[in-house]
Amino acid sequence: MRNLYYILIVSIIVGMWGCSQGPTTKADVIIWHWMTDRKPAFNDLAKKYKEETGVSVEFKLFAPSEIYSQKVRAATQAGTLPDIFGVLGEKKDFAIFVKAGHILNLSDEMQANNGEWKDRFFSKALIVNEFKRGNEYNAPPGIYGVPIDVMNIQMLYNKDLFKKAGLDPENPPDDFEEFIAAGIKLKEVGIQGLVSGWAEVWMIDCLASNFAFNLMGERKIMSTYKGEVPYTDPDWIRVFSLFKEMADKDILARGIVSMNNKDAEQNFANQRAAFAFNGSWCVNVYKGMNPDLNYDVMFVPKVDRGNQMLIWGGAGSSFMVNARSENKEKAVEFLKWLTGGPQQAYLAEATNNLPANRESLSQISPILSKFAQSMEYTTHPNIWPVHEKSQVIETFDLGIQSIILGTKTPQQVAQEVRQVKEREMDKERQRTLSRN
Amino acid sequence: MRTKSSVKSTLENYLFILPAVAIFAIFYIYPFYETFNLGLRAWDGVSPVKEFVGLSNFKELFLYDQFWWPSMWHAGYITLIALTLQNALALSLALACDRAIRLGKFYRLVFFIPPVLSEVVVGLVWKWIFEPNYGLLNHWLVVLGLDQLVRSWLSSPQTALTCVAIIHSWKGFGWGFIILLAGLQTIDRQLYEAARVDGANSWQRFWHVTIPLMIPVFVLVSILTILGTMQAFVLVLTMTGGSPSLGCSVPVTRILGSMRASLRFGYACAQGIIFGIILLIVSFIQIRVSRKMKQA
Repeated sequence: MRNLYYILIVSIIVGMWGCSQGPTTKADVIIWHWMTDRKPAFNDLAKKYKEETGVSVEFKLFAPSEIYSQKVRAATQAGTLPDIFGVLGEKKDFAIFVKAGHILNLSDEMQANNGEWKDRFFSKALIVNEFKRGNEYNAPPGIYGVPIDVMNIQMLYNKDLFKKAGLDPENPPDDFEEFIAAGIKLKEVGIQGLVSGWAEVWMIDCLASNFAFNLMGERKIMSTYKGEVPYTDPDWIRVFSLFKEMADKDILARGIVSMNNKDAEQNFANQRAAFAFNGSWCVNVYKGMNPDLNYDVMFVPKVDRGNQMLIWGGAGSSFMVNARSENKEKAVEFLKWLTGGPQQAYLAEATNNLPANRESLSQISPILSKFAQSMEYTTHPNIWPVHEKSQVIETFDLGIQSIILGTKTPQQVAQEVRQVKEREMDKERQRTLSRN
Repeated sequence: MRTKSSVKSTLENYLFILPAVAIFAIFYIYPFYETFNLGLRAWDGVSPVKEFVGLSNFKELFLYDQFWWPSMWHAGYITLIALTLQNALALSLALACDRAIRLGKFYRLVFFIPPVLSEVVVGLVWKWIFEPNYGLLNHWLVVLGLDQLVRSWLSSPQTALTCVAIIHSWKGFGWGFIILLAGLQTIDRQLYEAARVDGANSWQRFWHVTIPLMIPVFVLVSILTILGTMQAFVLVLTMTGGSPSLGCSVPVTRILGSMRASLRFGYACAQGIIFGIILLIVSFIQIRVSRKMKQA
């Protein structure tokens, strides 16, 4: 019997010992990322860095992005975040990590030597990674992320399909009317109009936001988010109606509402649709899917001449340093090196992404150059001073899906979004009252 | 009166069940407690602060969440198709294989292939088949001259959920088939012989011999079908993205949405608890109904 006790106790100790042993690694700096397409380039750069400095860096890939996000969140609870990682999602997600003390404030490093590091980047790429004093998330002010590339989301059009439909491939539509007219012409010769991954509702949100900026300007949009302008305002109904018009004129690709962006990219690359709404990362994707694709970039068609059309863009991917890492100095040094001119040029060439370092722009392809030219017209929810509630955004985006499907009218959707907005405002008021 | 040795013996017995109790407590009781606890809080999944909000998550779920109850209905619809179409198919194939037919073992193997396939792979393959632009289904409809039936199967609220339900039934009928076949093979053949001697035809033998003896197996299969189908989400996600506007959201996609898209872990836990309670109630009702059927 006594032997049995010993066996039991030894088993428990061995079991607990086994559980307590985490994965061991010899690298000085560990980086977690989700960017499958950049894996070989990252590994090459890590090798080069080791040769130059003797510091070993290991990039660990966790894909797809949902899995990566879950892993990072779980690591915050378990205290196993790596030295460098990225935060996927909106600014509020980023703020949560900052407020919880997981991310190192890089402001001093960025400002050192007269802002040598900070000045390398596109200002819009850095602003996404920054929290200003008095920000709505109450995050401590500072720069918390290092952009490794930038992106923006625009329209693409297929030049060969344009020719087939008798359209001028050098003069893509400039405004919404021209866009609809081109879509109708394309349809007449059996070519589908616009394709995009609108099963991923954030892409609908993005185009709707482009239209809204053009129709009513930033101030009115922010006033809506603050609850001062209702979603039943004629300008918002016009935003919803633009999607109805595209659906009614049948210029949206079949199945667009259940299409994820990968399928949409495949449809555009295989010349099944003439227009695509997609981000600058698509250059690399299309190159892989169809290297002979003859396409170009066009700005999102304007719906109004009053306000500047703003498109979504800014930092594409950013890396953050774990504030609790024992190797944070080494991690910061590596990020400084990674965002240096030669490394950024290499990344841009190898992965066809826009470099975050402005000086590396001269070495990018003509199509990426066109994306880069529009960086000054970019905006992003992450840099807006006010943010909409997630429940309202969900009702808004799903409402547009319903409009495209023909199950709801723009007015109905506007009313529903307004109701959810009012309810959320009430909830917030009650919560504030109970706190006080 | 307890002797010292009997106390020691009792303690020893408890010691031996301790690992099982510990595992149960760690992996079942504690997570359930934590889920319930989080359901009473507003938490984003990362912050150390989990604000206590009482029952407000539950209140919002019952009174204001316009997507939750439709998602329950969508899951119920898929379950209804699974309970009828899937289990009818499973039973008829099990009855066919229960007889001494040629290639019986081969069919058993073939019928069990869909359940062992990855749900993601199945979803993506069927999504490709249903694809409106270059999918096989629309292609063959055109080839057969049935152009009027061509449509965006997975992008229409009229057809998307039914397509998912049918594929779910196709994917899942193999489990029911195996269990029902095992049940059929436990029925004593002499009972059929006796019924035949008494002049019962094949329908009467099925109705008066097979059905009553198979009731416990039917109950098991239907409980497994309900619990499995109500929680199904991989096919829904891969085929349609689980969009409520397509009428394809199910409770698990809503819970995922609350956690991932809205970062409302507390609300997601409240959804999970309510969903679990609903499944428990459905299972209890089913067990009671089947007991009554058995007694009748």
